[in-house]
Amino acid sequence: MYTFQLDIVSAEKSIFSGTVDSLVATGELGELGITPGHAPLLTKLKPGTVKVTDHDGKVEHYYVSGGMLEVQPHVTTILADTAARADDVDEAAAIAAKEAAEAAMTDQNSEIEYSKAAAELAEAVAQLRTIQAIRKKVGK
Amino acid sequence: MAVGKEIRTKIGSIQNTQKITSAMEMVAASKMRKAQDRMEATKPYAEKIRGVIGHLGMGHTEYKHPYIIDREVKRVGFIIVSTDRGLCGGLNTNLFKDALKSMQQWQEQDVEIDLCLIGSKAAGFFSRFGGNVVAKTSHLGDAPTVTDLIGTVKVMLDSFDEGRIDRLFLVHNEFVNTMTQEPRVHQLLPVEKNEEDELKHHWDYIYEPDAKELLDVLLVRYIESQVYQGVVDNIACEQASRMVAMKAATDNAGDIIDDLQLIYNKARQAAITQEISEIIGGAAAV
Repeated sequence: MYTFQLDIVSAEKSIFSGTVDSLVATGELGELGITPGHAPLLTKLKPGTVKVTDHDGKVEHYYVSGGMLEVQPHVTTILADTAARADDVDEAAAIAAKEAAEAAMTDQNSEIEYSKAAAELAEAVAQLRTIQAIRKKVGK
Repeated sequence: MAVGKEIRTKIGSIQNTQKITSAMEMVAASKMRKAQDRMEATKPYAEKIRGVIGHLGMGHTEYKHPYIIDREVKRVGFIIVSTDRGLCGGLNTNLFKDALKSMQQWQEQDVEIDLCLIGSKAAGFFSRFGGNVVAKTSHLGDAPTVTDLIGTVKVMLDSFDEGRIDRLFLVHNEFVNTMTQEPRVHQLLPVEKNEEDELKHHWDYIYEPDAKELLDVLLVRYIESQVYQGVVDNIACEQASRMVAMKAATDNAGDIIDDLQLIYNKARQAAITQEISEIIGGAAAV
């Protein structure tokens, strides 16, 4: 049986490390499955579930809120983001930091609030899907 | 007995202070261990991402990302990481001293400076000292998340992208061991090429969607992880430094109590002696 080394790391901690049989992740351009011997690949991940099958056939689900997937000949790495990232959310954070610096008390921009809520919703939906997938697995 | 009432009150108050400092010492010791664990946990990500960027750079030598190119310096940015609370010895003061020294070197070359401050001590210091503060964040707590830092880092990255600053530095304390914490001024942008990272074997990836876009994201994540590491490192330093400072304070309080106790005993003895001699003197007169 062929296996490969998988590391899932985020900036804050190491989430998973071990040898696995295959993995399925949500790439920015669609779902993708990685099995041993996959060509070197680098792609962005969308928030979603990473399905990991180890060599006993045991399936584990991990939730990542976006990040990078890197496939090397024998090692695969997922550089997971710690939170869902959207440009306007990042922008909102930047504006908040600037405002803190200016210590100016202005009204909250409603557009920022909206995009923040939208990004949070997208993350919640993806999390829900992960939970459902886990439930289905447990139910079997 | 009325003798030495003031001294006894003084001893009491110092004992109370001693209790507080020794409690703070113990709290800092346990927090330090947790902070050190967190520090270790951030390392794999930084190593992996550095590896990926190295590979990308090797595969795509013709594409030079702006974050890699050195350009003429007209204005520099400093991200200064400080603590939120005091009572941690000379930790912040030493850091600010180093930061100012390095800022002065730039000012002598007529280079202007933008500041980005993390932690309320830095905010307090630079509001008194002056400086062009463009972004600020504080009260991140003992377990900060990358999310807390995205905003401040983005402000600096945006000004780099737009050409307002030409270099970006990170100033934070580095945890050497419990007794030693060293201020570090570390260049974030342009990313310095690490010669040790030379790869023995190399291959090109399949890129989805394309290499430039991926490199953009990777470099931003890399800078963010560097700043995050700096912040986590600084927290470990804060706790270690506080532990040492509070241990010293507890010991000093003990010394003062001993001294006061001696003075108190002497005064009490003197009072008794005086009383006895008065009684004897009185008895002899009768």
